[in-house]
Amino acid sequence: MSDILERVKKIVVEHLDVDADKVTEEASFTDDLGADSLDNVELVMAFEEEFDIEIPDDAAEHIQTVGAAVKFISEKQG
Amino acid sequence: MFDLTGKKALVTGATGGLGGEIAKALHAQGAHVALSGTREEKLQALADELGERAVIAPCNLSDSASVDALPGLASEKLGGLDILVSNAGVTRDQLLMRMKDEDWETVIKVNLEAHYRLCKAAMRGMMKARWGRIIGITSIVGVTGNPGQTNYAASKAGMIGFSKALAQEVASRGVTVNCVAPGFIASPMTDELNDAQRGAILAKIPAGDLGTGGDIASAVVYLASKEAGYVTGQTLHVNGGMAMI
Repeated sequence: MSDILERVKKIVVEHLDVDADKVTEEASFTDDLGADSLDNVELVMAFEEEFDIEIPDDAAEHIQTVGAAVKFISEKQG
Repeated sequence: MFDLTGKKALVTGATGGLGGEIAKALHAQGAHVALSGTREEKLQALADELGERAVIAPCNLSDSASVDALPGLASEKLGGLDILVSNAGVTRDQLLMRMKDEDWETVIKVNLEAHYRLCKAAMRGMMKARWGRIIGITSIVGVTGNPGQTNYAASKAGMIGFSKALAQEVASRGVTVNCVAPGFIASPMTDELNDAQRGAILAKIPAGDLGTGGDIASAVVYLASKEAGYVTGQTLHVNGGMAMI
């Protein structure tokens, strides 16, 4: 879990060009980290690539925070 | 100006006169080109003529799965994909009253749906690279209409609307999406016109002559260049003044 969190954080920091300490589990990509709709799509694609999983569109809609992303990926990886 | 050294370009319909000219022009500016079309031998002949920096990527644009895979194939062969030129197109002319569903479906599938599929598959790499050029070859007919071409006009107008929407989606990522709209271009088909038919067409063209494949290819080179980076969602009409839109 903590490994996934670190990898998710790294992607978010690189992609959105934000400070690492702002990327908490509660942080919302859109409201707190300044992501636009295209950033959200790109983040989902980056997660898919990093973790070698498929994130369907309806699931992607609910991944709005760093914690939600980590939770989804953890469950997916079982 | 308009240097494309190192850029990787995919051109569909490269066995056609226009597609061949576009591929040659991009290649002449230094781009690596992947030539796509259905006739493999003809593609290979063009690749041989171009020499280095040219590969072939055969594809049947009416087969959705092949179309989805084409940008990946081109990217694999070229080592990336920066420029997509959707040039392939078909006509199935017929007055609406006589048009078969099949004529409608084929034209929409090859001219419009294939462009959607190619863009979708090419976009990820371009977004990551923060640089990309998408150029759809539409037609004057997509803006002015033409009797006997409801299917073709719809497909070409569709491409223009599609490009405007996509251009807004990806502009912030350095990817531009534009169209080039040829008017009457000299081709084996126009060579067969008789003097009266030819005269009737030329009377509508202020420039007094048909366009050439080179005229279209030059417009594509411009839109593909880094100099055109601030131009997006546009349709560049190349028609000798036949329609000023």
